[in-house]
Amino acid sequence: MTFGLRSFAFLSGLTAATLFLVGCNGEKEDTIRIGEYASLSGKEANYGNAQHEGIQLAFEQVNAEGGVLGKKIELLTDDDASKAGEASNIVNKLISKDNVVAVLGEVTSGRSLEAAPICQQYGVPMVTPAATNPRVTQTGDYIFRVCFIDSFQGAVMVNFAKNSLHAKKVAIFTDIKSDYSKGLAEFFRKGFTEGGEIVAELDYSGGDKDFKAQLTTIKNSNPDVVFVPGHYTDVALIRIQSRQLGLNVPFLGGDGWEGSDLLTIGKEAVEGDYFSSHYSPDRGSAKAKSFVEAYQKRWGKTPGAIAALSYDAAMILTDAIRRADGVDRAKIREALAATKDFEGVTGKITMNEHRDAVKSAVILQIKNGVPTYLETIEP
Amino acid sequence: MDSFFQQLVNGVALGSIYALIALGYTMVYGVLRFINFAHADILMLGAFSAYFLSPAIQQIFPLPGIGGALVVMLLAAIICAGIGVGVEFCAYRPLRKRPNLAVLITAIGVSLLIEYTCQHRAVFGAETRPFPQLIAERNLDLVGLTVSNLDVLVVVMTVILLVVMWLVVNRTKIGTAMRALSFNREAAALMGIDINRVISFTFAMGSALAAVAGVLYALKAPGIEPLMGIHPGLRAFVAAVLGGIGNLPGASLGGLILGLLETFAGGIAGLSNYRDAIAFSILILILLFRPAGILGKNSVEKV
Repeated sequence: MTFGLRSFAFLSGLTAATLFLVGCNGEKEDTIRIGEYASLSGKEANYGNAQHEGIQLAFEQVNAEGGVLGKKIELLTDDDASKAGEASNIVNKLISKDNVVAVLGEVTSGRSLEAAPICQQYGVPMVTPAATNPRVTQTGDYIFRVCFIDSFQGAVMVNFAKNSLHAKKVAIFTDIKSDYSKGLAEFFRKGFTEGGEIVAELDYSGGDKDFKAQLTTIKNSNPDVVFVPGHYTDVALIRIQSRQLGLNVPFLGGDGWEGSDLLTIGKEAVEGDYFSSHYSPDRGSAKAKSFVEAYQKRWGKTPGAIAALSYDAAMILTDAIRRADGVDRAKIREALAATKDFEGVTGKITMNEHRDAVKSAVILQIKNGVPTYLETIEP
Repeated sequence: MDSFFQQLVNGVALGSIYALIALGYTMVYGVLRFINFAHADILMLGAFSAYFLSPAIQQIFPLPGIGGALVVMLLAAIICAGIGVGVEFCAYRPLRKRPNLAVLITAIGVSLLIEYTCQHRAVFGAETRPFPQLIAERNLDLVGLTVSNLDVLVVVMTVILLVVMWLVVNRTKIGTAMRALSFNREAAALMGIDINRVISFTFAMGSALAAVAGVLYALKAPGIEPLMGIHPGLRAFVAAVLGGIGNLPGASLGGLILGLLETFAGGIAGLSNYRDAIAFSILILILLFRPAGILGKNSVEKV
């Protein structure tokens, strides 16, 4: 019985402590809490860190100018370690424990799809900077994005492959574990079969290290180009091994290639390849230029598309809170949905009826180890 | 037909790495009768040792270059041999008299401990790091086949190490002691064999092999992260069982078979997604007909 009593005492102590902590949380009314979930570590750490740097820079600027509605913005960031299942845990915690007003994240569609139903269920607005799979915002009316969707991105790459590279035969290599990759591959396949031929379709599983089996089959199908809608770490290894097999045709990809490790791991193997993205740092408006300068000053590097989109996501959310004139989540949602012609660093942002931003895409080519601007494609 | 031979080359190169790792599993099992699950993580530590060593080695030996690469591999092997012996001393030795299940669970614990410690920001961090190019890559053109010189290196290294292992186990005094221990531990102790020394030696050898396999694996796919050992580790474990656990040639045969199965299944368009399922189904079939593995001996449990 002693044991029972003792553990009872311990448990009551624990409960009291928890209540005390919860009480403390509630008292902070002088800030607006915004949650962020990001892949700060793990396989897609490049994404998460770019996202976090973009968002933090945005809120630092907002706070330096006196905050919004007279309150400072407090950013609560959690790491999902690029793991499936982690994103939902974190977002649950951000909403139920930290009581955030809105949620920002994630870059990958897979983990955004995981967190979106939770945000929708609790009625917390979520803005994803770069999840391009159409299903993300289809989750519900509280889910927004500031980037284009994969049906557009797929069409862009189909046109580029057909018209600029004059490709007749294409091979597709899909990451079967990634919702993003599967979705984008599907749109590309649909678009390219009209007037082109798909000579090989193979799959890999994100995180694999040996791709030679599939790449050998791709090579033997003699494609003009290979489309790999994967994430940057896998793409780098795929490209290295494809060169080892003597597969030297151009490789194409989507915005999943937008990670600096593509170049640090892939090195000369990725040279000359093309991918579509949201923005190029050496292009754009005066606003984009001042963002690039501020980012370089704060973080000591040039922002890629993910950082720019994340900055825009944070700014659009700030703007919506200002227009909602308070921290009522339903009002913020309405304000977000009414976003029109917002001047962002990645272009003018207008939310359509599906809560997706309608924006142009850019095509970049890796030249001398740097993704270099090639062309802009309007929606 | 070209494609067949190209896949054969791919499969043999992949299978060789599995074989190297499988040797470590099988040796420890032969002597101690348990699966050292931390073996896959030693492989990862081998790759990371090479990653941190190569800038220093570069000052003395030219990198990329075969000489420098061998020195890096040797040092990584020595470091990992030390780690392997340390793991055995701290985690497994205190449990020597306990049931095998306790040791097995401990092995899983050690594996998770290494993986998650290494993923911590203060250790390696979880992100993928670019592995240095230890050997200049070249594509060799062999009668219409494109073979990377790395694949050739992997296969040659594996064959050499296999022969060395076989000689050590069958032709040296310590090898005889290992076999004696595997046969009957108590009787071996009564014959004056220092059991602890032999077990430490076994772990050192297995871990050194894992380290070399880790470096070779990282050369083939030059992005390393703390969880990189899990996938090849699992395959190698299966390879060891397939070949007949406790049997050295069996482990290498199992590794080769698994590498080939995976490669051929992976190369079929439309089925590449199921390559593991195909490889493992065939595996189950083989084990149904030869439960002790291809080269394993059926032993009757005495009750």
